[in-house]
Amino acid sequence: MSEAAHNFESLLREALTPVEPPADLVERLESTLTSITELAADELEAWELSAMRDPRNWVRPAAAIVAGSAAGAALVVLRARRRAAARPSGPLGVTLPHLDRAAAERTLRDLSRETRKLFGER
Amino acid sequence: MTETHVKKSKAQLDAEFSELYRAHLRDVYSYAYYRVGDHHDAEDLTEQTFLQAYRHFERAQQESNGRPLRPWLIRIAHNLAANLYRDRSRKPASPIDENSNLTALHTTEQLVEGRDELSRVLAGVQQLPDDRREALIMRFALGMDNREIARAMDRTDGATKVLIHRAIKQLEEIVGDPRKEGRDE
Repeated sequence: MSEAAHNFESLLREALTPVEPPADLVERLESTLTSITELAADELEAWELSAMRDPRNWVRPAAAIVAGSAAGAALVVLRARRRAAARPSGPLGVTLPHLDRAAAERTLRDLSRETRKLFGER
Repeated sequence: MTETHVKKSKAQLDAEFSELYRAHLRDVYSYAYYRVGDHHDAEDLTEQTFLQAYRHFERAQQESNGRPLRPWLIRIAHNLAANLYRDRSRKPASPIDENSNLTALHTTEQLVEGRDELSRVLAGVQQLPDDRREALIMRFALGMDNREIARAMDRTDGATKVLIHRAIKQLEEIVGDPRKEGRDE
């Protein structure tokens, strides 16, 4: 690699410096993940991953759509951190951001296919 | 080869997802930010990415056979961003299409605090075709190697290497000659 190319890549690396997520996002996301797992324990009790192969099951309450069934219980580490810094607001599991639901559902459908593609071919 | 998947306990899965989350939150946020050019949308995309990842985590772990999950996370973010733009492009009332690049330039300029050269590079990155811009974000903002980027973008390693090479060349031209901004090769 020439010195000029090296310098330009260094410049590019400096320009595209990683961006730290805002503290309020971290707090909100951890709260959401914890709340969702708690909601999911009731809402998704019998909600197995295999059920997601049936498109009819994609139409679920918003929390269920995004909650996931992989674990279903609490995120132990996150919950412990949440307890250490309790928030005055209620559960955020249903406080979905303004990404609309259609986009989320479509992404969900894409994701099953993408996961197979991503790990199945190499 | 015989595949054996040991069923993990929920507690173990949760703990491992927590590790994944903590290890890659900044990666996902950085990708989302440079991808959509707006902190508000980047936050939403990051949140949605981890929610989707949580849903499919067990399956992804099984199918990854121990390979890193970062490309999978970035792929989720990529798909969410693509769907977001696709939906908004159908809704003319949404301001995102008209303002996202301006917002990105404004906020990224704040990041580099007036350093002209870096600002020109960032402006140039915004001018690149989507796939080239994404490849550069993954390489330089996230530090992903060619193999990871290839998996995230569903390309071969060789095609990814070429993509990055061409992206850098095009960006050099843009930065070196501002009159080329906005042109594709």
